[in-house]
Amino acid sequence: MSFTRSWIFKVTDTHIKVEDLTMAYGDFVIQRDLNFTINRGDVFVIMGGSGCGKSTLLKIMIGLKRPTTGDVFYKGKSFWNSTDSEREQMSRTFGVLFQSGALWSSMTLEENIALSLKQYTDLCTKEISELCSLKLALVGLAGFEDYYPNEISGGMKKRAGLARAIAMDPEILFFDEPSAGLDPISSRLLDDLILELRDSLGATVVVVTHELASIFAIANNSVFLDADSKTMLASDDPKYLRDHSENFTVRNFLLRGEAESLKQ
Amino acid sequence: MAASTKNADIRLLEKQGAIEINLIGDWIIEKPAPDTAAIFDKLSQGAVTINTQHLGAWDSRLITFLVKLRKYVEKNNQHIDFTTLPEGAQRLLNLAFAVEEREGARKQVKRKTFFATAGTNFLKVLSRSKSLLTFIGEISLSFGRFIRGKANYQRSDLWTTIQETGAEAFPIVSLIAFLVGAILAFVGVVQLVKFGAGIYVADLVAIGVAREMGAIMTGIIMAGRTGAAFAAQLGTMKVNEEIDALTTMGIDPIDFLVLPKLIALIIMLPLLSIYANFLGLLGGGAVALSILDVSPYQYVVQTIYAVQLGDIFGGLFKATVYGVLIAIAGCRCGMECGKSAAAVGLATTAAVVSGIVAIVVSNAIINVIYTILDI
Repeated sequence: MSFTRSWIFKVTDTHIKVEDLTMAYGDFVIQRDLNFTINRGDVFVIMGGSGCGKSTLLKIMIGLKRPTTGDVFYKGKSFWNSTDSEREQMSRTFGVLFQSGALWSSMTLEENIALSLKQYTDLCTKEISELCSLKLALVGLAGFEDYYPNEISGGMKKRAGLARAIAMDPEILFFDEPSAGLDPISSRLLDDLILELRDSLGATVVVVTHELASIFAIANNSVFLDADSKTMLASDDPKYLRDHSENFTVRNFLLRGEAESLKQ
Repeated sequence: MAASTKNADIRLLEKQGAIEINLIGDWIIEKPAPDTAAIFDKLSQGAVTINTQHLGAWDSRLITFLVKLRKYVEKNNQHIDFTTLPEGAQRLLNLAFAVEEREGARKQVKRKTFFATAGTNFLKVLSRSKSLLTFIGEISLSFGRFIRGKANYQRSDLWTTIQETGAEAFPIVSLIAFLVGAILAFVGVVQLVKFGAGIYVADLVAIGVAREMGAIMTGIIMAGRTGAAFAAQLGTMKVNEEIDALTTMGIDPIDFLVLPKLIALIIMLPLLSIYANFLGLLGGGAVALSILDVSPYQYVVQTIYAVQLGDIFGGLFKATVYGVLIAIAGCRCGMECGKSAAAVGLATTAAVVSGIVAIVVSNAIINVIYTILDI
């Protein structure tokens, strides 16, 4: 896990691949036949209307829910057809930012960030504490080490969650609705931060969102999930899809429901 | 950038009044840490440059060192050139300094003197007693509204709570009450048989269960079962701002949430206690009859003569008091809960502990009153 990879892998290579994925709760199928690839360094957006299964897809990709059929491949290695310990090994290269931060409320911000470092590295306490301060400084929260999550605002919680997500210098960053509950400025700043971290950490970023402004600002690749047909309708750069997609539903979504008026 | 497998190292070179820092090897957290502290002692005045020709892989470890270096150099007004660093490292370094540390954000830890600590604790106790009295006052007002039929609560909530605190507690109350009756009988039999007064076990069990054990055991079970549930429910609602939501709709959370729980316990604890009395007598009887040489008829008659109506009502009154205390303890701990998962745990513990303490203390007080009044 080091940053050098981003300068070695300048050429596009497949980082994440989703193959023939079907997800269901019991007998109730949410999405079927999902196939898409995510390249290294991409900012990939999973988009679609409410209730189409965006968050469920994210859960499958980060190992919280088993897919009904199909598989996810990381660097060509199967995620769901490997042993538990192999899967855990792969999960350590992930950093996940949950919708409301999901910070552990009984720990200070520093302890939140330090937990994975304490578990998985042999670093001494001093260096762990320095790393925590660095991560907090990176997300603009320098000096907030000793605060508890309930003492800071919602936007700060999100950024602290991001600091925790990058604690182990992850190769892939997952975001669940990063701009939910943030004002436009904070949301924009968070988008900039995501891009900045992608560029400097050289990580691949997967974002679940339906925030159009955010989608066009950060994404260079995407998948569109449709709740009616229960499958994906398109996978490409969202700006390209907005202007050139032949699928009405996709264009309508990306144009905030104004595709009809543009047709006339 | 050549891939190297060397451990991280750092060297200083002085060149024409300028200092060159050589970063060597892999600066990643999986490898042993280089000794960076020594560098700062040797950094004499002058411009600083960084040579990264021999730098291998790097991650946050390098950035933490660079952050320290930059802070040190800025403090000493030295010039430093970071442009030789990998692009990603430069960006991260800039990002780390992009937002200035907010003035006064860092928490100061102050050591307090003994008197300050004692004083603060006393004030804390004072304010907590005040909030307890306020809470009891609010509940009383709410109860008054209930009597006048003006309280704003949902009938269905009351019935659900009655079911949860009543019918669903039957199995555990049955088991405990039966066994406590049996234990009383065991203790009595061993002692009384020595005096040839074995039949008086019936008196011991009957009075013990009706006056004390039936009510107190039910109370303790309900404090652990229901008081904890009340605190956890209200505490979680507080964390999720559900209680604030009720208030903004003009609904009094005491009326809406606390009152049904209080009424349910006031109704159900005496009823459960009657049931516990019955099972306690059954348990005591089973043990006594299996050990003593008395007929079931004799035992029942002895029991009936032993218990006065006053004993039973005395027990039921206690049960009602316990019901009020459990409801107050559980609901107050829940309503005063902090806003975190750990706080909900603390509230639940506090509800059970204070509930049981209140039961035992009130039992002692009521017994003193009964003795004085000769009930």
